[in-house]
Amino acid sequence: MLKSSPFNQASNSVTQLMLQVILATLPGALIMFYFFGWGVLFNLLTCSLVAMASEAAILKLRGRDFKSGLSDYSALVTGILIGLALPPLAPWWVAVIGTFFAITFAKHVYGGLGYNPFNPAMVGYVLLLISFPVAMTSWLPPQNIATNAVNFLDSLNLFLFEIDSQGNKLNFYLQNADGFTMATPLDELKTGLSMGFTTAELQDKLILTGWVNQGWQWVNIAFLVGGLYLLTRKVIHWYIPVGMLGAIFLTSGLLTWIDPDLHISPMTHLFSGATMLGAFFIATDPVSAATTPKGRIIFGAGIGFLVVIIRNFGGYPDAVAFAVLLLNMAAPLIDHFTQPKVYGTRDA
Amino acid sequence: MTTDYKSLTKQGLWDNNPALVQLLGLCPLLAVSNTFINGLGLGIATTMVLVGSNISVSFVRHWVPKEIRIPIFVMMIASFVTNTQLLMNAFTYDLYLVLGIFIPLIVTNCTIIGRAEAFASKNPIIPSFVDGLMQGIGFSVVLVLLGAIREILGQGTLFYGADQLLGSWAKQLTIQIYQVDQNFLFAILPPGAFFALGLLIALKNLIDHRAKQKASKVSVEVVGAESKA
Repeated sequence: MLKSSPFNQASNSVTQLMLQVILATLPGALIMFYFFGWGVLFNLLTCSLVAMASEAAILKLRGRDFKSGLSDYSALVTGILIGLALPPLAPWWVAVIGTFFAITFAKHVYGGLGYNPFNPAMVGYVLLLISFPVAMTSWLPPQNIATNAVNFLDSLNLFLFEIDSQGNKLNFYLQNADGFTMATPLDELKTGLSMGFTTAELQDKLILTGWVNQGWQWVNIAFLVGGLYLLTRKVIHWYIPVGMLGAIFLTSGLLTWIDPDLHISPMTHLFSGATMLGAFFIATDPVSAATTPKGRIIFGAGIGFLVVIIRNFGGYPDAVAFAVLLLNMAAPLIDHFTQPKVYGTRDA
Repeated sequence: MTTDYKSLTKQGLWDNNPALVQLLGLCPLLAVSNTFINGLGLGIATTMVLVGSNISVSFVRHWVPKEIRIPIFVMMIASFVTNTQLLMNAFTYDLYLVLGIFIPLIVTNCTIIGRAEAFASKNPIIPSFVDGLMQGIGFSVVLVLLGAIREILGQGTLFYGADQLLGSWAKQLTIQIYQVDQNFLFAILPPGAFFALGLLIALKNLIDHRAKQKASKVSVEVVGAESKA
């Protein structure tokens, strides 16, 4: 019962699929723009442009027809995913280096679309994360609770020159009223827990108030909506997202059940960081994921399990990129052991 | 038997380069090639050991029983490595500290035992000396190139730490090519070494490929001209 993906006639070309994916990122991108300001837009624009330009240059270098190569929009999707993953107001060269590396090395060195063993966007993101840890962990606070909200002109200056018109650096906009630097909810939780606070004590922090946390819960809900749209249009299948979100819920639920004071709750896991973006847009990359239905559930579950483990016990606050890359490596093995039996054959 | 020194040289530097073609000794190659000077330091040390071991292995080749040649070769190599290590400890102490464990690890560099086994144990002393020197230089050039690429990409400098190799006057040799607040850690960390080495190998293959194409074109033209005549 191996189903070949989409039965929907309208969406069976790569171009159509990619356009649907781009469309589905819109709600998430808009919500991110609402909470984190112009930096999101700058990142998206830069990454998209660099992705298309690198794709065109490499296709030309490889002697391929670059018009048809560009018009499948797969490079654009890679660019957009990196743009969404980057911290708003990270300097422009961060976006450029990451996107260029993703398209050139993670995609084309392995043979281009359809041959890359790793998710190109996540390779680019991890390259940046290990290369520029400071820039990559300086997330703006949601602008509705930020002490120093950042306007368009200052955003542009910070993006281009790393300093705004008043001479403030990015750090100024990361601070809250007490002069402490605010971080993402996951970062805040991780730092707090490592300093010996319990999760209940940490709930009082401004960024962690609200239903799950400020800003990020809505970003995740928006990506969830976009993901559900992709599911209904049969652009992606339910196996990977359900496997991943289910594993996150179960793993973090178990940890919370063992000791709720020391472990982040399942709800916070599900609606923080890159969880929903990862589950619906990143892990579902058809090229680098497992391909059999059972394999895809295992693939997704592996990612979800690793996300919780790394978030709780690892050195980084979020873990979707690492988890996806690790499971990309395991995908051929998973496929090998989940081959459906051909009808009518017996075990040898 | 006359020995073709020109071909030995070409083998060591290009056609059979230990780092780019044989892919031997990758551990030190990738680990210490994070700056130009580190690469140069380890390159010189490895070349010294390679030359010494090739000469002495070639010298004793008639008296070493086939069955126990490997342990004997390794022991000879190890003594040369120990000499090199002591010399570096005495004269380039700072570099000795930076390179650390990778100096004694030259013993396990497959290039050296490989040349002893494949060349020096079958050839007279002078050709073995040339072979060791050329293989060593071939290895060093790649180390230095890798070091330069990673240093420029990673921290924007060139010849950083030249004083560790050449003495304190060399401090001013360091060139700041560009100034960055945040180093490009990827280039300095081991994954950057893998990528840079991969790119260098690709570049070598490209050059070889181009040269081959050119050669075949020329021969076709020659053949064509002959058939016309």
